[in-house]
Amino acid sequence: MKYTKRFDGRKFDELRPIQARVGVVKNAMGSAEFKIGKTHAIAAVYGPRELFPKFLQLSDRALLRCHYNMMAFSGSGERVRPGPSRRSKEISMVTEKALEPVVNLGEFPRAVVDVYVELIQTDAGTRCAGICAAALALADAGFEMKDLVAAISCGVVGDQPVVDLNKEEEDYEDGAVDIPIAVMPHTGQVTLLQLDGEIDPEHLRKALDMGKKACEQIADVQRAALRAKYTEE
Amino acid sequence: MITQSYVESLAMKGARIDGRKFDQYREVTIEYGISPKSAEGSARVKIGDTEVVAGVKLEVGKPFPDKPDEGSIMVNVELLPLSSSLFESGPPSQEAIELARVTDRGIRECHALNFKKLCVKEGEHVWLAFIDIYPINAGGNLFDACTLAALAALHDARFPVFDGKKVDYAERTKDQLPMERLPISCTVWKVRDQLLVDPLPEEEQAANARLTVVTTEDNKVCAMQKGGTEPLTVDEIMAIVDLAKNKSEELRRFFR
Repeated sequence: MKYTKRFDGRKFDELRPIQARVGVVKNAMGSAEFKIGKTHAIAAVYGPRELFPKFLQLSDRALLRCHYNMMAFSGSGERVRPGPSRRSKEISMVTEKALEPVVNLGEFPRAVVDVYVELIQTDAGTRCAGICAAALALADAGFEMKDLVAAISCGVVGDQPVVDLNKEEEDYEDGAVDIPIAVMPHTGQVTLLQLDGEIDPEHLRKALDMGKKACEQIADVQRAALRAKYTEE
Repeated sequence: MITQSYVESLAMKGARIDGRKFDQYREVTIEYGISPKSAEGSARVKIGDTEVVAGVKLEVGKPFPDKPDEGSIMVNVELLPLSSSLFESGPPSQEAIELARVTDRGIRECHALNFKKLCVKEGEHVWLAFIDIYPINAGGNLFDACTLAALAALHDARFPVFDGKKVDYAERTKDQLPMERLPISCTVWKVRDQLLVDPLPEEEQAANARLTVVTTEDNKVCAMQKGGTEPLTVDEIMAIVDLAKNKSEELRRFFR
């Protein structure tokens, strides 16, 4: 069946409303919140700080350690059991990989940089929202960065390429393909790519192009959030 | 670094680090519905730089065999490493468990919620309210912030639809939880011989004793918890209860 009109009335390449704010956790070195539609992520950075146990230390750079977590009340159905799950561990890992290429960690050998991502409310796209918040938090903490990282899910609903799928679209009865991507906005390089579903290469190309464009828009919002904090100070 | 001796010497001179009076709270704000899509009820509480969020999820479960006509609550506090460099990932710390249990007791023992009205079908279905509390920024006085946040989230909650078999979380009724009383927690800390409320983290570290007192609107004490290594005299305890009672009245005004 054709997916001709989006459930929430958006255009196929239109993002949900985005809000970004930097410096939301006073205790942290850097922090940010990122809202896209009803998905709401907070990220905070602690470090560089000493890393124990010692065998985890890297001799040439700091270890970037991300921790993704959904608050127990943030799911759409029943309560989410607190504590790490297989899902949250995998997302933590891909978040690390998405951010590592842009952060200069060589300045702090043997140290650790901890990035904590918490979801207060979820409506699909949580790992991408988490990455957007985490990139802002790292910038807020003052790390030397080659580029920002912006992330979004793109994909196909029915047979229609779209960006920024919400939960309803992810669960579309005639099939949906969900492709979370993270992009370095200056170079256009991709630092996160996952795919769930079945897609032909032409559709994939189209979805990725739409996703990349969306990431440029997200990066604009991210830059504005950083500017809002650092121009007033 | 603000040291213990600095906090103590200030206290002896009758002063605090941030210039407040000993019985003065920082600014308190309560915001409702911070996770309206996901949680049945939610709230954010700020006390100065301290920020805590709480959410309520309502589930239908089997009642306890000894109380077949009563629902129940479960309180969980997770001290997120996101909120302070002093918190670590991993299983809940003693500190987190104490916070959760004291919050739970305050709500349970004064019957803030009428557990009998949470019964759907005696012996079979009762509502269970899971209250999950997370500090976003730990800036002192988590005890009072957690109770405020839990209560605010409970007040914000609306029941999802239950058809006798399954809970439909996509749909919510207009029914609020059967809230009957408003227990407020006030924790009084002792630095040297000085009693104070709403401490900064530096003041918490310098304090040798604390007493959490939960009181109701009709001035009953419904939960207490002493912490710290220094003993308190009965006179001190009664002075603390008195102070807590007055302060709780102030805090109660922040509820709509």
